This record gives sequence, structure tokens and C-alpha cells, in this order.
Amino acid sequence: MSAMTARKNEPVWALHGEAVTPDLTGALFLPVHRTLIVADLHFEKGSSYAERGQMLPPYDTRATLLKLSAAIARHRPETVVALGDSFHDLRADGRMDDSDADMLARLVRDVSRWVWIEGNHDPEPPARFGGEVRPVLELGTLTLRHEPTEGNAPGEIAGHLHPCARVSGNGRSVRARCFATDGRRMVLPSFGAFTGGLSVRDAAFTRVFGSCPDGWIIGRTSIYAVQSKRIAN
Amino acid sequence: MAPPARLPDRFERWFAARGWRARDHQLEMLDAARAGEHALLIAPTGGGKTLGGFLPSLVDLAEMIDPEDPRRPHALHTLYLSPLKALSVDVARNLMVPVEEMGLGLRIETRTGDTPPSKKKRQRERPPDILLTTPEQLALFVASPNASTFFADLKRVVIDEIHALAPQKRGDLLSLGLATLAQWAPQARRAGLSATVADEGGLARWLAPQAGPHAKFARLVRGGPGPRPQVEILDSAERIPWAGHSGRHALAEVYERIKGARTALVFVNTRAQAEFTFQELWRMNDEGLPIALHHGSLAPEQRRKVEAAMAAGKLKGVVCTSTLDLGIDWGDVDLVIQMGAPKGSARLIQRLGRSNHRLDEPSKALLAPTNRFEHLECTAAAEAVAENALDGEPLKAGALDVLAQHVMGRACGDPFESDALFEEVTSAAPYADLVRSDFDRVLDLAATGGYALASYDRFRRMVRGKDGLWRARDARTAQRHRLNVGTIVESDMIHVRLGSGRAGRRLGQIEDWFIGQLTPGDTFLFAGQILRFEGLSETDAIVSRASADSPKIPSYQGGKFPLSTYLAARVRDLAQDRSKWGALPGQVRDWLDLQSLKSRLPGSDELLVETFPRAAKFYLVCYPFEGRLAHQTLGMLLTRRLERLRMRPMGFVANEYALAVWGLRDLSGVDMDALFDEDMLGDDLDAWLAESPLMKRTFKTCAIIAGLIERRFPGQEKTARQVSFSADLIYDVLRQHDADHVLLQAAWADAATGLMDVRRLGQALARVKGRIVTEHLARVSPLAVPVMLEIGREPVYGEGHESILADASDDLISEAMTP
Repeated sequence: MSAMTARKNEPVWALHGEAVTPDLTGALFLPVHRTLIVADLHFEKGSSYAERGQMLPPYDTRATLLKLSAAIARHRPETVVALGDSFHDLRADGRMDDSDADMLARLVRDVSRWVWIEGNHDPEPPARFGGEVRPVLELGTLTLRHEPTEGNAPGEIAGHLHPCARVSGNGRSVRARCFATDGRRMVLPSFGAFTGGLSVRDAAFTRVFGSCPDGWIIGRTSIYAVQSKRIAN
Repeated sequence: MAPPARLPDRFERWFAARGWRARDHQLEMLDAARAGEHALLIAPTGGGKTLGGFLPSLVDLAEMIDPEDPRRPHALHTLYLSPLKALSVDVARNLMVPVEEMGLGLRIETRTGDTPPSKKKRQRERPPDILLTTPEQLALFVASPNASTFFADLKRVVIDEIHALAPQKRGDLLSLGLATLAQWAPQARRAGLSATVADEGGLARWLAPQAGPHAKFARLVRGGPGPRPQVEILDSAERIPWAGHSGRHALAEVYERIKGARTALVFVNTRAQAEFTFQELWRMNDEGLPIALHHGSLAPEQRRKVEAAMAAGKLKGVVCTSTLDLGIDWGDVDLVIQMGAPKGSARLIQRLGRSNHRLDEPSKALLAPTNRFEHLECTAAAEAVAENALDGEPLKAGALDVLAQHVMGRACGDPFESDALFEEVTSAAPYADLVRSDFDRVLDLAATGGYALASYDRFRRMVRGKDGLWRARDARTAQRHRLNVGTIVESDMIHVRLGSGRAGRRLGQIEDWFIGQLTPGDTFLFAGQILRFEGLSETDAIVSRASADSPKIPSYQGGKFPLSTYLAARVRDLAQDRSKWGALPGQVRDWLDLQSLKSRLPGSDELLVETFPRAAKFYLVCYPFEGRLAHQTLGMLLTRRLERLRMRPMGFVANEYALAVWGLRDLSGVDMDALFDEDMLGDDLDAWLAESPLMKRTFKTCAIIAGLIERRFPGQEKTARQVSFSADLIYDVLRQHDADHVLLQAAWADAATGLMDVRRLGQALARVKGRIVTEHLARVSPLAVPVMLEIGREPVYGEGHESILADASDDLISEAMTP
């Protein structure tokens, strides 16, 4: 494992004894499994609001795809796992712009294995983009699913909660997305362009981790591991 | 002298019975009304302005109606609009006096956000003669069906405090609403009521409907100047601080003045300053004088209580922010104390008008500068008041986000035809120069979001029928629009609750970000007491009373006014002209003398730039006197340039008068003419805007006003946060994929005059071009001390924001995590 080379700003940290590299985009790379995990892409979130009369920009799918494509180019994974809620709702596919749909199909085609984990927003991800659909995926000692299990679940990697954290100092504060973890399990930040965040101080995280988890907080150029006691409200 | 015949007998008798006679300007308003003209009445506070605005309505109504007839028809005659609902209520009460004493038997009612729906419904069916309301309520009328019928009989519109409304987005929305009213009631004439302003012509144009290539103006009616106010500057026996805004040194003397007054209003510039001043005054209040606190973040019940006590003459002093600027008559104030510099002469005159509201005596004011620079500013302001010289920026073109809201509002009311609406919109003065292509883009923004990627056609909020008319897609869309009407966008606020549970009392609201930086146990000042933060519960911050002597978290910002351009010029003038220093206290004169000895005094048309080393760092201090906002923008741009020159700048700090930049290399060799060249407002500004949080905040406001993002209502946000979206992300994505979007254009126009004050910076850079004088010094100059002292008090920019994250991240964790 020590033979692994980490580039600058790309720490190799441990989760449940496995090496993991958190990416600035919010993706998690597992070098040993050559697997890239992304959570909560929420494609077509903008148009879902537009459908209900709130005209958010229609470019979120495109922005998310560009970010995803960059993460794939950086890590060259054999497997990409989308941890559920990849499509904002059941009609997302029908609203997607043709060129965006083409780009997604190309991305899926160009990696060896693509897994859509089922989410609550997208219990049945559309078939036309390819890839396999699963409720859960086991990977070494790790278990990948959409919604984190409440109570003890070592080795689980999940999404769904959109973790973020606020850190204060010198009378100022920074709030950013983060990977929520206690070293044994993890909740990934949301990857989608318009997705908001939920503070890891929220009770939802206590139900999952037993207490407030630590945060690997995503900065502009680095990721900062911050202990729960330093995370503000 | 006006011929008395112009007033009907009933009115003559009423004036005479009170021992008054109608003032010339009141009669001239009547004259304008009879000539069918729109009129703008400009008069100082206490000049009988309100009656001047209503007199034509009262005379007209008195002739028209029979007060004895209980079945006389219900028709709206006069609509009164003011920026504050409290003002509407106050004016309604005052108006009842002549109406009852003359037995006119008029129906006068108010309509605000607090009016119960049943009453609103009744008003729609049976309108009063005079309806007093706010611009937002007019926007709601515009966005509701059949409003044209409601207003069909309207004869007069009275717009109060027009000087406060016209420069704001609220004024833009109001001007559009007035344009709509003019379609429904072409016979209605407008009367504007204004405090004294610099730009009289601009306001007279704002008030008049525009048509054709030449600007139209309302008739100008001026009230008498009133007695000259007496302004005194506190010549403190204490040492005057170099920097800071607490004014602590002057408070003992201020307390004595409050004691000597009947009722004193103590104006401060920020809420934080209000809290501090109130706390300190009570600390020395051995005699237990009734001194109260009033600012916009306090719970409404608390504010009402203070206002009632004031009106009843029970208070000796009230510490307040601009919430008490506007013309509500709240008792017998005989002294106005201004803590800190007033930032503009017009604002000072407005605040002076709070004293001796009713009498023809001069108003009295005491200015208490909080630091040495403010002595210059207060002196300049007092001189300006003595000359009755007013400042004020020219009115801006109407905002496009506001127009988008209005267009959608029109579609929610009676359907419109787009060519006709364009005509209507351009009859509003702020939009008179709007080009058709921009109007069409805004129409598209309201309908589909106006994106280059036209994928939302099937989700239109507004549809064009076969009849060629635009209307809201459905009733639900219209209802949602009405919930989002208005241009006042509050930052995300959290309720401050004393004690947990439902029994806890709400003390007021505080900015979300301020609470975000507290950890349980931290103490802070709010609502006049030191509070301990216990934790968050839903949308409330739970606090308890703290026993601490001084709060741990010093303050929170809010409502800082920039120094007006006009006053800034006067301050520069004063600083370099020794013949005018007589008005300054000895300490301040000595300070300026020392500056001319050690460095030099900035000339009134120059920009003085000083460089000096200090404690292993190199400093550049310049003195544009253009206000903190413009200086912060300048600091941001200068550090970018210095970085490119490899001068390794590390940070900067700005105050109202000066900017200090520091770095690791000697800055004395830099070509200052090139460094301060106007071209920094090109690419550098553009690059900075891409990531500026100020720009993102500005964009969010525009997006909410335009209806792109809906307001979040209390209670709904916490549960929805996880699935909600962030306006920052929308800004990023839009900038990246649709850089020409009309809302980005609107946000940029706002930022230029708002939080970043780019327009003013541009004017300043143009002014000093070729007039930069440089002093390379061995040590800090006397004039530089105040801004240098701000380091550590004010946020330092330029040091990566993320340093907080780096500080918090624990190497131990990373080590422990390494496989």
C-alpha cells in the first residue's frame, strides 16, 4: 500500500482500514479497487424546480457532468459507482437536454464498469444510459449503499444526507461540503451542482454515527480533516 | 401672500379656529391640483407637509360628498403611499383631526401587511375615500385580478418620504406601480412629499409620468426653509481616540446632555454601536434615567413598547439607529445627539428634524465624534448644514430584476399586451430610457428564466394566449408570485429566544452567519443585555442571561453607511486648509500639524500615498476618503496587481478614509501612477468578481426580487435545507454557462453602486489621475495610525479565507488516518 503515489492535494487516508482518496469535487477514490464513488448527482434538479414554476438555470446537469468527467480523467477508475439519487426525480430523464444525455452515455460507456445504486429519488435509474443497477454493492470490506444505516455499520459508505460543516475562527467562519466520517464509516458529500448541504451537527448524523462525526472539509485547493469538536453549528 | 379666497370657508374657519393660517406651500399644492398638475412638495420636517399633500383631496371631497348620506357610494378618491406602515397609521390618525373638526365625514382606512384578510376583502368591495398603504400593497393590487375597477375612480395619489423611496429598488417598484395606476385611472394626479434634497429636478422627474423624447417634471413647490438648526460638536475634555467607533470617551458628557434635555434621541450608525452605547449609558446611569433602545433587529413588540413610551413622554433618552430616521411624530424631542459621524449632510439634516418637530424653534443637535478623523467629518457636516448644502447621488436607472417582478405581477392581474406594457413601463421615469430589447429579455426572464438554452418553454410561468395577451400560467402560479412580492430581501435571520421551550421569549432576530460563528457558552450583546449562547433549536438561537461583565464576541456589523461623496470632498478640503482648522479641537489640530511635519497633508485633488516599513513588513497607505466599501474594492484590486508585480502582498484593511496594504517586499519602488491606473477596473475587477462573496450576495438578492428564487419563509427552511439549493452555486453555474444572462447584468449594475461601490472608485481614480503624490517614510505617519489600528479589529482581507480550515484541521487526524 505504501507504494501508492499520492499527488499533491490528494491525501491517501484510511477508512475502515482501506486506503481512500477524497477528491476536491466531492468524489471518493478507492485506489486499491480502482473505484470512484460519487453520491447524490441529482441530475435535472434545475428543471425539476422549473417544472414547478421556479426557473433555476438549466445548466446543472451539464456542470455536474463536466465535474464528473474531470474526476474520472484524474483518477482513471475501472469502476464508477453513483451512490443513488443520481436523477433528481422520476421524470428527470425526460427533461434532460439531448447533448447532456449524450455526454452521460459516453461517460458510462468509457469506463469498464458503471454501477447505479438505487436512491430514494431514483428507485429505478433510466436504462438508456447503460450501467448496472443495484440496491447495494460490496467492495472488499466496504459496503456501498444510498441511505446510511442508523446504528453500527462499520465499512459502510453512503450518501443521501449531503453533509457540510462550518468552522469558525477569528470572528469569521467558513461553511463547506465535507465527507462525514468517524474512521469506520462515511457519508459522502453531494456531488450535484445545485445540491445544498446539511450540517453534520444535525441530529440525522448523530443517529448514524452515534455522535457528531469528523469532517474532511472541502476547501478551494485542499481537503482539511477537522475533528468534530472544531465544527461549529 | 396667498389670496384667502382660494380656501373654502369651512377650511378657512378651521385654520382660524386653531389660530393658524394655511401656509403658502399648502395653498400652492391646492393650486397645482386645480390646474391638473402633478406636484412635488419639498419642505423641512414640521412644515405642514402632510396637510399640504392632503389638502387638495380634503377640499375636493368636501365639495363632492354629503357626509349625512349613509348610502353614498363607495369610491376610492385618494391613495396614500409611504415607506413605513407605522407612518401610514400615524398619518391616518393625524388626518382624522381636521376631518372630524370640520365634520367632513370621510372614510379613511389603512391597509398594510397587518390588516386582516377579512378587512382587506371588505375594502376591495367597499373602498374608503382615502386609503393609506405601502408600495408593497400597491404591488399586490397590481398582481391581483380586477384591480383596474378598484382604482377606476381614483383622483389623487400622495407619495410620502419620496426622497427615501426613489433611490431604492422599492422606489423602482413603486414607480412601475404608479405607471400601472395611470393606465387604470388616467385622471389621477400625483403629489410627492419630500424632505429637502440636493437633486430636486431628479425627484420632480421621478414623480411625473414620462412620454416623448423630453423629460417631464412635476411642479416644484417649496416650503419655507424653517429656522436654521443649531449644531454643536462635542469638544470632549477626554483624550480623543485615534480609531474605533465606540465613542466611549464621550459618553459621560453625552449622559449629562441627556439629563439636561426633555427627551433626547441618540442616533448611532450601526446596531452594534447602538447596543454598546445603550449598555455603557446604563452603566453610568446612577440616577436611573429612563433610557431606551430602538433598532431594527429587536422584536416588533419591544419596538412598539419603546415608541409608545416615547409618544407618552415617558422617556428621557432613546438610543436608536436609522429606524427612527423617518417622519413619525413620537413625542417631544428637544435634542438630537449623533454618535459618530453622520456620513452625509442630508442624513444629518433629516435626523436634526427629529427634534422640535412641531414648533417653529430651531432644532438642536450635538455631534459626538468617536475618533479624530470623525472630528474632521463632523466639522465638515456641521458647516454643510449651516450652508444648507445637501449631498445625494443622482437617481439611477431602474433595476431590471424589479422590472421582472413587475412584469410577472402584471401577468397575475389583468392580462396585458406586450407593446402596451412596454409603453406603460417606459412612462415610469426610472425606466424611461429602457430599450425594447432589454424589455424583451426581462419579459423572457419572467416567463421562463430567460436562458440561452431554451429548454423551459413548456414550463412557462406566463403564457401568451391566442388573443395576444400575457397572463400567469394558472392561479397557483399567481398565488405564489403574490407571496414573493416586494424588493426588501432580508439576509437569513435567526430568532433569538431567551430560554428554551415555547415559553421562551423572542428578543429579536440576528443574522444567521453571526450565530454560525458562536459556540455554546459564548457571550454577546443583544437587545441591551449580555447574552450567553446555549445552542440552536430549529430556527431559534437559544440564549440565557449572562453574568459576564463584557461580551466575549465583540459585535456584529450591519447598516454601515458610506461617507457621502460630497462630504468626503469637504473633509479633504478641511484637512489641507489650515485657515479652517479653528473649528477643530487642539488635539486634532496637533495631529494634523504633526502629519504635515512628518509626511504631508493630502491635497484636496491629490491622492497621497505613503510607504514605510514596520516590524518586518512593508506598508502602503493611501487616503482616497471614498468610504469603506470603495476602499475594500480598491484593496482587493491593488493586492491582485501587487501579486502580479511579485511584491508578495499579504493583506489589507480599509476604513472610511484610508486603505493600508502590506506585504513582504518594500513597496516604495512601485510605479504608483501605474498601480492606481483606472484600467484596474477592467480585467482585474472581472477576475475578482468571479469569486467575490459580495457579488454572490448581490446576485442572490436580484434572483429573489426577479422571482427566480423564491423567498424562504420562516419554518420551511430548516427541514428543506438538505434538499434545497444554494444561490452561490446558481451564480457559479450561470456565470460559467450563460455569462450574458440578464440577471448577471442586473447584479453587476447593483454591485457597481452597492456593496462594492465600483462607480465611486472609478470616479476617484479618474479624479486623482496624474495627481498621485508619494511619501516614502522611515516609519508610520500620524495620519496612517487610525487605519493601522484597524488591523486586528476589522476583518483582514487577502489572507486566504481558508486559513480558518487549515488552522482547524488536525495533523493528528491525518496521521492516524494514514494507512
